[in-house]
Amino acid sequence: MTGEKILTRNFHRPDSHTLKAYVETGGYQAWARAQAMEPAAIVEEVKKSNLRGLGGAGFPTGMKWSFIPKGHTGPVYLVINADEGEPGTFKDRYLLERDPHALVEGMLIAARAIGSATGFVYVRGEYVEPWRRFSAAVREAYQAGYLGRGFDVVVHRGAGAYICGEETGLISSLEGKKGWPKLKPPFPAIKGAFGQPTIVNNVETICHVPHIVNRGAEWFAALGTKTQGGTRMYSVSGRVNRPGVYETSVAITLRGLIELAGGVSGSGRLKAVVPGGSSAPILRADEIDVTMDVDGLRAAGTMAGSAGVIVMDESVSIPEALLVVARFYAHESCGQCTPCRESTGWIHKMVGRIVAGQGRKEDLDTILDAARRGAGTTICAFYDGAVGPYISYIEKFREEFEALIPK
Amino acid sequence: MSVVRPAFSPEQLAEVRRLQGLYPDPRGALLPVLHMAQESFGHISLEVEAYVAGLFGLSPAHVHEVVTFYTLYFREPKGRHVISVCHNLSCHLAGAPRILDHLRRRLGIDVGETTEDGRVTLLSVECLCACEHAPMMQVDDRYELDLTPEKVDRILARLP
Repeated sequence: MTGEKILTRNFHRPDSHTLKAYVETGGYQAWARAQAMEPAAIVEEVKKSNLRGLGGAGFPTGMKWSFIPKGHTGPVYLVINADEGEPGTFKDRYLLERDPHALVEGMLIAARAIGSATGFVYVRGEYVEPWRRFSAAVREAYQAGYLGRGFDVVVHRGAGAYICGEETGLISSLEGKKGWPKLKPPFPAIKGAFGQPTIVNNVETICHVPHIVNRGAEWFAALGTKTQGGTRMYSVSGRVNRPGVYETSVAITLRGLIELAGGVSGSGRLKAVVPGGSSAPILRADEIDVTMDVDGLRAAGTMAGSAGVIVMDESVSIPEALLVVARFYAHESCGQCTPCRESTGWIHKMVGRIVAGQGRKEDLDTILDAARRGAGTTICAFYDGAVGPYISYIEKFREEFEALIPK
Repeated sequence: MSVVRPAFSPEQLAEVRRLQGLYPDPRGALLPVLHMAQESFGHISLEVEAYVAGLFGLSPAHVHEVVTFYTLYFREPKGRHVISVCHNLSCHLAGAPRILDHLRRRLGIDVGETTEDGRVTLLSVECLCACEHAPMMQVDDRYELDLTPEKVDRILARLP
């Protein structure tokens, strides 16, 4: 099931981040091939590959690219979301540090497909070493003549704000503003960065593109499920014996993935799993026979998100885990929309008093009510992401919360 | 009290212009230039905000709004070193509260404070995305991984 390593194939090489290592292992051959392809043919190939966005939303990548208005004569921007911040996720850090040229090559191909002459890579501010590594790769790519001949790359550092991982918040931040998400429509493909058509893609998504061009859409599609091609890099952490990044087919089950990471540690008995970063609704131990593709997890009532898998064994307190998660959403709410700004703080306060043994009988239903009423009412998906854990932790482990509330 | 007006060197001003030229609208360089300003001036005071605003032709209010939105800009003097302990879920499960308590005791300060000698500022932060090495923290530019109280002591001993 684990199969061939594609994105991580060079990670064992100490020099995997260098141009030399990348070229020795077939790097930039896809770019040579793509230069002989019509842009529309590249978009078609990526559509056929069933590549889905791997940052969180799982949107079909080729389709996203095709939204750039035909006949647009002004600039088009390619923006790479390297603002990795979803709790439990660490895969893009590995790609930036260990295979930065894969991102450069993927950007060259994507830029040709969408007709872009300028790419921006938005790296989270805390990622200093990944930013240095990637910047060094960009310099190498300029020296070698891959960049600077019709396509330029600007590496941009963020300054600490989870919301900038949301694509329109990222665009605001790239424009030199606070990272407030923007109302859609217009979608970024129509009016994005600096008012121009813009495609925002995740690091890992773009790193897949050279392989699709080299080996074909059918090959890539066959690696996954009917509706999602390829492998992806699962970040597995929490109570497992071997936490780390695991690249595997998206058709793997959650059970299989936990086994791959050495099985459950701590008490050894599984209690719950967050399958796709902290915004993904939690799964109980009896719900892990699901495939880890976008649609498999959606059918299970949760989401693949950023593929950050956080494992909790029997000894973990779910109310305490929710308190940690609720603190996160309260801290990171950008403050733009009232339901999110108010509820994230209020819910954090309520979960806090429950964990402290001072909860009120009505608190759990109040949290569920505030979560359900606010979902879907805000400009971006941040609050919907917070609602995932609020509702699922309480609904699936209600007795654990009730046990903490004085009778 | 005399106020020293913040100012970049000619080389830094050239770098500001280079950065501004990278974006379709020079304002795109605001975050990178604020990073530069913080490195040069230690923290971003209201005077620094006004100075940077002048470099962009922006209102100081706009720059203030940006500076206060992000966590990596310090508006007060910080220690020579900044220790940011991740307190999100995976690190919490791996014992982050214990690491934070250990640091509080060793440094004699609480989260958000700076030691009296100006050596260390202690912070507790959201996910730094190194959950496979939980519990972890960032010390200035470096990620310190797989922490134990003993390892924390060794890291502190190395900090000038």
